[in-house]
Amino acid sequence: MKNNILFFLCLCLTFIGTAQTTGSILIKNGTVITITNGTLTETDVLIKDGKIKSIGKDLSAGEDTKTVDATGLFVMPGIIDAHSHLALDVVNEASSPSTAEVWVGDALNPLDVGLYRALAGGVTVSHAMHGSANAIGGQCETIKHRYGTFDPEELRMDGAPRTIKFALGENPMRVHGEGRGILPRTRMGIEQVFRAEFSKGQRYMEAWDTYNKTKGKVSTATAPKYDRRLETMADILKGDIIIHCHSYRADEILMLMNVLKDFGVDRITYQHVNEGFKVAPELAEFGASASVFADWWAYKFEVYYSTAYNAAILTKNGVITSINSDSRELIRHLYHEAAKTQRYGGLSDEEALSLITINPAKQLGIDKRVGSIEEGKEGDIAIFNAHPLSIYAIPQMTIVDGLVYFDINEDADDMRVDINPEETEPMFMMESNSHDHANDACMEGVSEQLHKH
Amino acid sequence: MKYNILYILLFCCFSYQGIAQTAKANSGSFALNNATIVTVTKGTIKNGSLLIENGKITAVGKDISIPDGVTTIDCSGKSIYPGMIDSGTQLGMAEVNAVSLTVDHNEVGDIKPHMQALTAINPNNVAIPVTRVNGVTTVLSVPTGGLIPGTAALINLVGYTPDQMYAGFKGVAINFPSANKRGRWDRRSEEDRKKEEEKKLKSLNDIWEQANLYAKIDSASQSNKSLRPEYNPQMEAMLPVVQGKTPVLVEVNQEKNILSAIKWIQKNKINAVLTGVAEGWRVAKEIAASKIPVITGPILSLPTRASDRYDTRYTNAGILHKAGVKVAIRTDDSENVRNLPFNAGFAAAYGMGKEAALKAVTINPAEIFGVADQLGSLEVGKSANLIVTDGDPFETKTQISHLFINGWQVAIDSRHIQLYHEFLDRSPGLRK
Repeated sequence: MKNNILFFLCLCLTFIGTAQTTGSILIKNGTVITITNGTLTETDVLIKDGKIKSIGKDLSAGEDTKTVDATGLFVMPGIIDAHSHLALDVVNEASSPSTAEVWVGDALNPLDVGLYRALAGGVTVSHAMHGSANAIGGQCETIKHRYGTFDPEELRMDGAPRTIKFALGENPMRVHGEGRGILPRTRMGIEQVFRAEFSKGQRYMEAWDTYNKTKGKVSTATAPKYDRRLETMADILKGDIIIHCHSYRADEILMLMNVLKDFGVDRITYQHVNEGFKVAPELAEFGASASVFADWWAYKFEVYYSTAYNAAILTKNGVITSINSDSRELIRHLYHEAAKTQRYGGLSDEEALSLITINPAKQLGIDKRVGSIEEGKEGDIAIFNAHPLSIYAIPQMTIVDGLVYFDINEDADDMRVDINPEETEPMFMMESNSHDHANDACMEGVSEQLHKH
Repeated sequence: MKYNILYILLFCCFSYQGIAQTAKANSGSFALNNATIVTVTKGTIKNGSLLIENGKITAVGKDISIPDGVTTIDCSGKSIYPGMIDSGTQLGMAEVNAVSLTVDHNEVGDIKPHMQALTAINPNNVAIPVTRVNGVTTVLSVPTGGLIPGTAALINLVGYTPDQMYAGFKGVAINFPSANKRGRWDRRSEEDRKKEEEKKLKSLNDIWEQANLYAKIDSASQSNKSLRPEYNPQMEAMLPVVQGKTPVLVEVNQEKNILSAIKWIQKNKINAVLTGVAEGWRVAKEIAASKIPVITGPILSLPTRASDRYDTRYTNAGILHKAGVKVAIRTDDSENVRNLPFNAGFAAAYGMGKEAALKAVTINPAEIFGVADQLGSLEVGKSANLIVTDGDPFETKTQISHLFINGWQVAIDSRHIQLYHEFLDRSPGLRK
């Protein structure tokens, strides 16, 4: 207990007042997997003030710069998870088929120990997503895993593009059609939710455009009523928000592409997209990307006709593909999930590692900043004791913006930030096994409600 | 032989045209030549041969004579391993876990030792081929829910009837009472949870008392039929348990509960195996002292407490092994039992070592289930349950080229593979 309190105090001292600070570090003599520029042996990476300053041999830094000997180790970009619900107090605003106005960024919880566990798996950036209860869910937040802070603001990856969660299929059908007796109860209904909300958003945008052109010139010009839900739809139409759509079946994937074509929207990543492999040519032609599970299937009916070869088929058909977790457990070994594409479809090392680095970065619109080891990019690094695609690889160190957030050699057992001094024994909680996530994590907070019906 | 060639030709035609039809399992005599043979129990043989006749391994070694008429398979550059055994799954008992009418592992009720997993195993479950092509050839399928969920059965992943698949072990599963929360959604107060734990423990002790009494009456009635008790399916199923003939699989995870379970097992002199044992690392010495074997997993799972080190579930199997516990590894899954080799790989990396981890998915479960004369290693006289790989079976990228289960040569084929062949280069593509 005493140790906990001490540790807690140390954490406070370490992290408080270091708002979005960056660090400098020199990683010496590692095998550097750059992702975009090959693999460089016996190479150094110098991070200065949070940015990768140089990559090369025999680099040196000032005496006050922390140096890590990576001899015999593998250095790769920090892993990026394009689908997570970590660090969120709440996941679903399951009260309407469209809740485009809400934003998970209003419910960030920096105390989630899951962030540390993700760091211990080499993950430096995740996409904290709204759930899949609604056809149009809330807006999401791309976060950096700056664990140890009490300030939600420090988690945000400033400047990352806005994103929004859409959802197709069983989840919105169950919540609204079956659960509440309102549209959508079918995949036909789901299409109409999108068409209605985009149409309303379009008219809203036109009304404001008209007003903005005439205000001050026409005395009768009055501002339209402000509506944050429709404002969000208008922002999607303008291309300011990337859609991330929970989807499984091929037919519904095609449906949404048709809707988006009609409204001139082209920035979309399909999430889960278990049957993406069936419409890979259409996805590639549209320019849609896919963020998939390595091997989850058959936990619900709409993923029954899946294949673990999905990521390989999509990749080989030219679809930008990532492997995501959607799970507090899976996020800890995304490097292993990516390796499964070598068993199922024989992807190359570079293709497999792109699935958890540069590709999810592209899907989140942050690929100019992270996702590969390149000079000028942000200093997010994961270091392993073996090739990260090996089953025997163990993450050794994880660096965000040049600061070490996980070091296996200096790892305290209890890494909670929010320790209750009254609690004598931490509460034991049996985490659910696979059979319980018949509802995906996307349905957090909703499934309980549904069981009551 | 002729048939074999015909069959191979036919198989090639089918698979190249992408026709979704699973190839038939093939029996006969096979010689697997020029292989690295990892026997598990008798060392590793380089450049050796393994002979399969009448479903059994009949020779393993460097200079064995190959009889005429045997189908030879060149395994140059390849390795042969025993088929892996998953010691705790619901494989075959659920098609889609979210669709309740396709789920057969969780019968209504609390005390149901008479519920037989073997009855509900669907030999045509789509996950079975998906599992075996990853090298898992045998699994324990365990009923779920309640205090005594039912009777588990060990099955080989080949065959069209449960009897064909049955691999010779049954055990009664028990969920040892616990005051733990069952998940984030569990809103019961601590007091309520403790009350329920006590109630369940009393219920468990009552059952044992009744079953012992039932056994006495039963043995008395052998000579005097008039003493025969009224038909009681629960007690009928408990009879071999209290007689020590059917082992008990005691699911228990929390530190305190593990210790109580050991005492309870010892007090009642039960032939038991501990399963789950997520917090075994906290009481590894005590478990080792009890000499009760452990089936643990999934390895790829979250720590049980927020305050735990991030890797406690990865290291658990290794800590138990080093303390001297006989450990087997399970996935506790149904559709993704194929991840067993990866669970073993993580255990190996996090302290268990490759050799012990391999035993935890081969010979250890075979011994725990009392079928080591048939399964778990590559030895003369055992069933031909084996895989031919291009490398370490735990390594993620490793490919399996040949699969034998119970002597049957099983095609490397599953719905996942069929969909891959159909859709990798889809036709028609984009053109109408």
